[in-house]
Amino acid sequence: MSDTATSPSRTGAAKPKADLRALAVRWGLIVLLVAMIAYFASAEPAFLSVRNLVIVLQSVSIVAILALGVTCTLVVGGFDLSIGSVAASALMAASYVMVVWEGGTLMAIAACLALGLAVGMVNGLLIVKLRVPDLLATLGTMFLLLGLQLIPTAGRSIATGMSLPDGTTAEGRFTAEFLALGRYRVWDTVPISVLVMLALAVAITIFLTFTRWGRVMYAIGSNPQAARLAGANVERYKIAAYMISGVCASIGGILLAARVGRGDVSSGNSLLLDAVAAALIGFAVFGAGKPNAIGTAIGALFVGLLLNGLTMMNAPYYTQDAIKGAVLVAALMFTFGLSVRKC
Amino acid sequence: MSLELKAITKRFGPSEVLRGIDLALVPGSVTAFMGANGAGKSTLVRIIAGVHTATAGSMRLDGRTFAPTSPSDALRAGVVVVHQIINENVVLTMDVLENLMIDRLCAGGAPFFRRAAHRDAAQAMLDRIGLDVSLTAELGDLPPADRQMVAIARALAHDPKLLILDEPTSALSDTEAERLFTVIEGLRDQGVPILYISHRMGDIRRLADRIVTLRDGRITGDFVVPLDYDAAVRAMLGMALDDAAHARVPAGDPVLRIEGLPVLRGTAPLNLTLHEGEVTAIVGLVGAGKTELAETLYGQRRATGGRLTLDGAPYAPVHPSDAVGRGVFMAAEDRSGGSIVPDFDLSRNVTLPFLGAFSGLGLVRRGRERARAAEAIEGLGIVAQGPDDPIAALSGGNQQKVVLARWLTAPCRLLMLDEPFQGVDIAARRDIGHALRATAGGRATLILCADLDEALEVADRIIVLSHGAVVGEHSIGDLSRAAIVQQMSSAA
Repeated sequence: MSDTATSPSRTGAAKPKADLRALAVRWGLIVLLVAMIAYFASAEPAFLSVRNLVIVLQSVSIVAILALGVTCTLVVGGFDLSIGSVAASALMAASYVMVVWEGGTLMAIAACLALGLAVGMVNGLLIVKLRVPDLLATLGTMFLLLGLQLIPTAGRSIATGMSLPDGTTAEGRFTAEFLALGRYRVWDTVPISVLVMLALAVAITIFLTFTRWGRVMYAIGSNPQAARLAGANVERYKIAAYMISGVCASIGGILLAARVGRGDVSSGNSLLLDAVAAALIGFAVFGAGKPNAIGTAIGALFVGLLLNGLTMMNAPYYTQDAIKGAVLVAALMFTFGLSVRKC
Repeated sequence: MSLELKAITKRFGPSEVLRGIDLALVPGSVTAFMGANGAGKSTLVRIIAGVHTATAGSMRLDGRTFAPTSPSDALRAGVVVVHQIINENVVLTMDVLENLMIDRLCAGGAPFFRRAAHRDAAQAMLDRIGLDVSLTAELGDLPPADRQMVAIARALAHDPKLLILDEPTSALSDTEAERLFTVIEGLRDQGVPILYISHRMGDIRRLADRIVTLRDGRITGDFVVPLDYDAAVRAMLGMALDDAAHARVPAGDPVLRIEGLPVLRGTAPLNLTLHEGEVTAIVGLVGAGKTELAETLYGQRRATGGRLTLDGAPYAPVHPSDAVGRGVFMAAEDRSGGSIVPDFDLSRNVTLPFLGAFSGLGLVRRGRERARAAEAIEGLGIVAQGPDDPIAALSGGNQQKVVLARWLTAPCRLLMLDEPFQGVDIAARRDIGHALRATAGGRATLILCADLDEALEVADRIIVLSHGAVVGEHSIGDLSRAAIVQQMSSAA
């Protein structure tokens, strides 16, 4: 029995070091997170104040929402590079609907969600039906959207009173309800975006971990052919994953639009990389070694807390990207370098 | 040339996989190396090939100390290994010439790769084993048998001082295997010691002049001519396998009717009826159309004509999910590529197709799922700690049992198993055969295999397929092996 279970030809694992290693892989990132919080809290007591924690949550909420979406595509063995530009396009779409078409809140939101679903479906169809590799397909739609969103306004940001390409002036404005999505605080403390993030984190965790559809998605990511031969409709699941990703990105775009209050063409530039980083850092949380929603949320929080703490301690803003990069590389080392190799 | 192993021990953590192996491989001999899955064969091979280092013990090659630190180190010393998993031996996206020349490319030389300069050498490598494929054919487009032969051609080009073949015939047809055997015999006559790992008694009978058996990390038997095969099997398993003979079960109602189905492009239409309670084995060489037939029945390829009827109703699956929905299940030939989900544990691999039955409101009930897996472990004798074992920790035979357990989870009309005994040790094969026969009532069972012995072990009825057509049908009670073999190799 023992010779079979530990057959080295299959696992390639050396056991004595493996225990320590397994411990490091499983808890390394969490230990790091706790140590970091303890350090910042002792250096800056204000770090742990409710006000500051809310600021951190708010700063990561949109990135985390996008990251949760991209996690779903990672689970099926794909990747969605278009999320940043979907969010930016959703922001422009919401602004355009309200400012140019003078539409209402629900119409703006519906337009964004429809956009996200549509882009997700296009991505999915490109990948599943035309067999374009996922990175390339979503890179293509990313470029396409980045360009398309500029066309209706001839490349300018959208704000009340702007002149349109046809010479008229846009008279509409952001509705109060829409702006409230970005500004209202529940119990005067918690912003809506944080609540949306938490709700999505819970929902996607439950979906991926506990439902049978999530289970099949993991199976597809691990061995698509085996999933197919077990009777799973791999194509539909993949398209669904990209649609979930698109919707999450558009929700992120809506919240971003509500926060900025104008259709700013340059918003959302850093969303893609931050979200992808959060999802990849999530691989290392609890040594999951695979995409998972809780890990993604913790990954986003990790980056947010780190940047916030360093800012409080007067680290210059231009170091932020380097820090994010370092965290990502470290997390990837935990996940891939230390974990037991599968052959 | 000779290789001598002295007291080789290998430990992985607390478990001792090899417990002191003493073995000498001498020129001019083909040594068959037998052992159940998990006995330590692969570990020993990997130590000789420089993949692993022994915990203790020493090796001498031609009398000189041999302690390879890497596979390329071992290769330089003349130790050539053809690994069991074909796709690890070849690069699927490169063509035949590039695959044959890959070692030379890696070894250095001119910065520009000129195909013309290598064509003759590559062709010579193919000619040596009598393989007739185009040098410009991409490996991924070749059938597994040809890929394996390309890998072997490449290995032989190293002028091995010691050749190790790990299950080289598992993807080969009998003709191809025979070609390989001829090449192996040629090398043996040139004085190259050969270590031949196989589960196939046919290969061993044909080729070996010595059998070494490994069991639980120890050498338990070393047999020389005249070889006592039964004793070797006993030494390998620590028990004698009882005779597998079983009585034919009378066939029940028809389950699946195949009428006028062209299995391969341009072959005669096939007619076949599968009955409830009956285990039908389709035997045939590689390329006979067995896998194509199974894929058509499972909705992986469209039928180009003919008619399928399942339980009296038309049956035209266009996707495996259609087949599963109608109670037609299949375990694919390629276990690791087509059945096993490597990231899942044992229990999740068992329940994958039937998650609906294990969930309420979409949420998977882990308890029910683990109970089913525990039941499967018990019922099929799966060697594992429990339902939560990572699937990758199981040996090939046990993984195959998990696959079988998967398809025995839900009520089934037709169960198809494509090469269910590939890479499965004899004891596990026996367990799987018993389980198949014990559960065969209430469904039709179809086994596809190239090995006649395997078919005889489980089937009530043997169908011989050649070029997509049925060329023979035999009932288990009265059949002549000679006739079947003759039909299998008949060129239609």
